[in-house]
Amino acid sequence: MSLDMYQENILDHYENPRNFGHLDKPDVKSHDTNPLCGDTFDMEIKFSEEKIENIKFSGHGCAISTASASMLTEKIKKMPLDEVKKLDAEDVKEMLGIELSHVRIKCAMLPLKVMKLGIYEYMDKKTQK
Amino acid sequence: MIDTKKIREDFPILSRKVNGKTLVYLDNAATTQKPRQVIDAISDYYSMHNANVHRGVHQLSQEASEIYEEAHKKAGKFLNAKNPIEETIFVRNATEAMNLIAYGWAMHELKSGDEIISTVMEHHANIVPWQFAREKGIVVKFADITEDGRLDIEDLKEKITGKTKLVTCVHASNVVGTINDVKEIGKIAHENDALFSVDASQSVPHMPVDVRKIDSDFLVFSGHKMMAPMGTGALIAKKDILEKMHPFLGGGDMIREVKLEQSRWNDLPWKFEAGTPDVGGAAGFSAAIDYLNKLGMDNLRKHEKELLKYGLDKFSGLGGVDIYGPTDPEIRGGVITFNLKGIHPHDVAGILDSEYGVAIRSGQHCAQPLTERLGQNATCRASFYIYNTKEEIDVLMEGIKKVKQIFRK
Repeated sequence: MSLDMYQENILDHYENPRNFGHLDKPDVKSHDTNPLCGDTFDMEIKFSEEKIENIKFSGHGCAISTASASMLTEKIKKMPLDEVKKLDAEDVKEMLGIELSHVRIKCAMLPLKVMKLGIYEYMDKKTQK
Repeated sequence: MIDTKKIREDFPILSRKVNGKTLVYLDNAATTQKPRQVIDAISDYYSMHNANVHRGVHQLSQEASEIYEEAHKKAGKFLNAKNPIEETIFVRNATEAMNLIAYGWAMHELKSGDEIISTVMEHHANIVPWQFAREKGIVVKFADITEDGRLDIEDLKEKITGKTKLVTCVHASNVVGTINDVKEIGKIAHENDALFSVDASQSVPHMPVDVRKIDSDFLVFSGHKMMAPMGTGALIAKKDILEKMHPFLGGGDMIREVKLEQSRWNDLPWKFEAGTPDVGGAAGFSAAIDYLNKLGMDNLRKHEKELLKYGLDKFSGLGGVDIYGPTDPEIRGGVITFNLKGIHPHDVAGILDSEYGVAIRSGQHCAQPLTERLGQNATCRASFYIYNTKEEIDVLMEGIKKVKQIFRK
């Protein structure tokens, strides 16, 4: 089961992550780690109206978490915030297209968690204004 | 001589399958497996002797109390404590023992401005309790390591001042394997009128350790890393220090006399063991010490040193791998911490598990400052015990080659 995890597209996203790097003047920056394995990701997001205008990520993680971050940033670009907020574990599994054990699902979910932290921080800022 | 094949028969778990493969358990620095003798001792306690200790006059309570006290005596003697029972305090694990020192000693005996020196090569258990002590104004410093992963004694000496009250360091590192010269470090601490505390979690299970030779004031270790049940561990400390110390937890069994206004504490070691203890665990702890004594700690160390040499040799033949820590087996425990270039440790450990039934640890090993000091985000760790074989190391190597193949490295 495990070797199926390391499909060509997962390894490709791991070795050549999309949207990796930094944004010029992002609206929010968010960060979180997985204390179990030391994976750590930062997301920088720019918003436009109620959509994700642009997103970049940095940090480091295993093949699964890095591929997840890479695919996720591709997936949510231009997506309305209402839709992004609804993304959950099932969407991440579907996006990766692989079976994940209880432990490895935590790897896969970290990028989504970091991204949501950023989105909620942005929404908080907006309501405070 | 050690008959590994025969020893393996004592460990039921070693014959189970994992993902269709025979288990190759190389995560012994995290916890060790338990022999039948230990499992039976726990079962026997609950089947035949279970009662609360130090309370009843009835037969079962007496038997339980004897089992519990005997376990203290055995653990104290195992470490060559001068007063085996009184100087042996049972705790849930080494982490709890460190907290006991922090709360019972440091936060009562030290004042604002006093200093504690720990090191960057510690498990979180020897870092975080001292951070709590900072709230009392206690200054906490960390001695550095050398490039090959040994404690930098010169840096330690430089950090000691007239205000240093405690030097605390790891005996054998759970990450880089380094066996620190604790006798020398203790001497330095004492010459500077500081107490000396040792985290011996990775040494007591693997080599002879003698608290009188080390001259440690406090020494802590966990039972579960030496074949005993989880939830067992001990603090071995000098009697005169314990007598003056404030209790850690208050409640039943730790008191001599309780009035509503104030109480008087029980004798050592019970003063530090509030509440009904884990007597079944202590029975298992006793059995584990018996088992280790029968094998002989010198024999254990010798076997692990051979495995370490064999493993380091195999690793050196692989390309694209970094090994952390000293390469001299004389100053290294049976731990090989490594990274495969361009492959995350989590992926390495995941593939080894699912394809080969090999259990290794991946991550920061509860030592984030050390992992970062090594310039890594995470590492892989294979750690050995008396039941491991060279053939198992061969399986590990086969697995590592497969991982590299999958990642096209």
